[in-house]
Amino acid sequence: MIQVQVKDLKKYFPVQKGLLERILSRKVDYVKAVDGVSFEIRKREIFSLVGESGCGKTTTGRLILRLIDPTDGRLIFKGRDITFLKGEELRRLRKNMQIIFQDPYASLNPRMRIGDAVGHPLEIHGIAEGGEKKSMVFETLRKVGLEPPEKFYNAYPHELSGGQRQRAAIARAIIVNPEFIVADEPISMIDVSLRSKILELMKQLQSELDLTYLFITHDLAVSKYISDRIGIMYLGEMVELGLKKEIFSDPRHPYTIALLSAVPIPNPRVKRKHIELKGEVPSPINPPSGCRFHTRCPFKEETCETEKPRLIEVTENHYVACHKAQTLSIN
Amino acid sequence: MTSMNRKPLLSLENLKVYYYTDEGVVKAVDSVSFNMDRGETVGLVGESGSGKSTLGLSILRLIPPPGKIVGGKVFFDGIDLTALSEDEMRKVRGKRIGMVFQDPMTSLNPLMKVGDHIVETIVSHEGVPREKAVERACSLLEDVGILPERFNDYPHQLSGGMRQRIMIALALCLKPDLVIADEPTSALDVIVQYQILELMRKLKQVYGMGLILITHDVSIVAEVADRIAIMYAGQLVEYSDVNSFFNSPLHPYSEALLESIPNIQLSDQKLKYIPGIPPSLINPPKGCRFHVRCPYAEHRCGEVEPQTVEFERGRFVKCFRYVE
Ligand SMILES: Nc1ncnc2c1ncn2[C@@H]1O[C@H](COP(=O)(O)OP(=O)(O)OP(=O)(O)O)[C@@H](O)[C@H]1O
Ligand SMILES: Nc1ncnc2c1ncn2[C@@H]1O[C@H](COP(=O)(O)OP(=O)(O)OP(=O)(O)O)[C@@H](O)[C@H]1O
Ligand SMILES: [Mg+2]
Ligand SMILES: [Mg+2]
Repeated sequence: MIQVQVKDLKKYFPVQKGLLERILSRKVDYVKAVDGVSFEIRKREIFSLVGESGCGKTTTGRLILRLIDPTDGRLIFKGRDITFLKGEELRRLRKNMQIIFQDPYASLNPRMRIGDAVGHPLEIHGIAEGGEKKSMVFETLRKVGLEPPEKFYNAYPHELSGGQRQRAAIARAIIVNPEFIVADEPISMIDVSLRSKILELMKQLQSELDLTYLFITHDLAVSKYISDRIGIMYLGEMVELGLKKEIFSDPRHPYTIALLSAVPIPNPRVKRKHIELKGEVPSPINPPSGCRFHTRCPFKEETCETEKPRLIEVTENHYVACHKAQTLSIN
Repeated sequence: MTSMNRKPLLSLENLKVYYYTDEGVVKAVDSVSFNMDRGETVGLVGESGSGKSTLGLSILRLIPPPGKIVGGKVFFDGIDLTALSEDEMRKVRGKRIGMVFQDPMTSLNPLMKVGDHIVETIVSHEGVPREKAVERACSLLEDVGILPERFNDYPHQLSGGMRQRIMIALALCLKPDLVIADEPTSALDVIVQYQILELMRKLKQVYGMGLILITHDVSIVAEVADRIAIMYAGQLVEYSDVNSFFNSPLHPYSEALLESIPNIQLSDQKLKYIPGIPPSLINPPKGCRFHVRCPYAEHRCGEVEPQTVEFERGRFVKCFRYVE
């Protein structure tokens, strides 16, 4: 069964201009943050989005949860088109979809105690209140390692460290037993040991409660552990998509290959043997013609500058957008 | 070399920073001492909530109430920062010690264009003409992989990782002698992260910049740091050069930490973690703070606090296994 379907999704943000530029030109420029992305997330799957900083991962997550409106494209949630859903209907849907925001400093209300913040979704969706709410909050705080819970229940966000806030945000998302969670870099500030516990908790919820995740992360080791399938984005587009084992054992897109080669190794004697990407990070306002990666690609040919490669299936369930996908392989 | 030059760049002596909360006194930094030299990079690693950010903020005397530096000294370039007036301290911040905050909004004003943050910092500290400052800001933005076309964006229009890079540019723009960077690359993909770490390495080589890198990512410590400082429950439990540390960590907590690093080169292994929960900093365990979770704990570990000993030259550890 398919939980979420994303069809040709686009989000363009208008660009802020300096005063002089505004006088000189009437044309409005756009940041093409997400530019025609399609994929589906199956029920009870952990789908990871990986890619360069600024390539559109957070925007994609926010679009799917309808926190911002798409410029174009369609969103289907359990077979139902939710692209234009509004008001009460959207609110009802929201109980089933939760988000863990990327910035744990901005996402917790500074005037709300942690216990109230974590218990808030229980209240707005009419699930529990009073003593029952409190005991559910305690249990959830314990699950994410905020122990002893009574200490964290009464604390304000500014009294928590970065990783403690991140865990409070995770607690708030899982407390309502949602069907679908967008987790945007949820453990980026948590130490390796605690992180392992939280990743296991997330996996456990996946199997016990049939939870589906869109998991956004820059950490390939994490995505290797947690994902079922992985999508690699570059400059607003999906460039490779497939089962985790395909992506790690047989990456085909030159960007994916470069990314995998650049993972740091916990040993001071080993230098990263990374593939150097030449050139500047291109602009999402005026993206390169043809394949957007051609300006930095070590395998570029002439067609790459003019023709946009389509996402095609190279092996079963493994899609790549590259003119050389059939021939390129690290093996 | 004169004796002046041989002074460490930074020297902490029994630094104590406590938060006075309704629940009790949180001993977030409890008697921490270490030295670092000019041009050195120290990776500061430890559990979530162990006091790393508090330590970083206290060097700049930016601890918010109800927190206070309650004891110890911070010598920077021979000057005791804890004794400076607030006015004198302001001259140190930014200009001589730069900080990348873990919370992006501590240093970014939501109503100010990202480029102007850097330009105004340069203009106000160095009094150079605006055009000069704009030029420098643009080249610095390029160094951190942000195109000049984003100069006029407001912070909320940038992605998480782009904001992080603006803060890095801001911390570096006055070429300070020391940068304290709190999780500076926690939102960056490995390629951009590499670019940022290279930039820092360059600044260290060219200007002799010192760097305290607070991070949970032990791999990047292995890659860029000269020394590693391991914090556990408000205390420094190990301080060592990076090579010896990764060869053979001394403290049982360090050992457990290294074992729980996920390794991308291995196949889907089961994740390891350290059993037990992080201790309370209000009522920390008696004796060694790690003893309740330590596989080697003996009777005395729960009774008396071990002293920090110099196990080998330049390798410090706070554990009874290395006493006598
Ligand atoms: N303003 C405050 N009031 C009360 N307690 C605080 C305050 N700030 C931090 N603390 C507590 O002090 C301890 C140390 O916090 P700190 O932010 O230094 O941890 P950290 O090592 O940086 O953690 P992380 O890796 O999660 O960012 C934590 O237990 C935290 O709850
Ligand atoms: N509200 C906005 N207004 C204008 N531009 C925006 C807005 N939100 C995002 N953008 C731009 O859209 C692009 C994609 O941003 P997004 O936050 O989706 O990236 P990301 O992949 O999550 O990056 P990171 O890994 O750094 O968090 C960026 O160029 C960003 O500056
Ligand atoms: Mg993001
Ligand atoms: Mg911190």
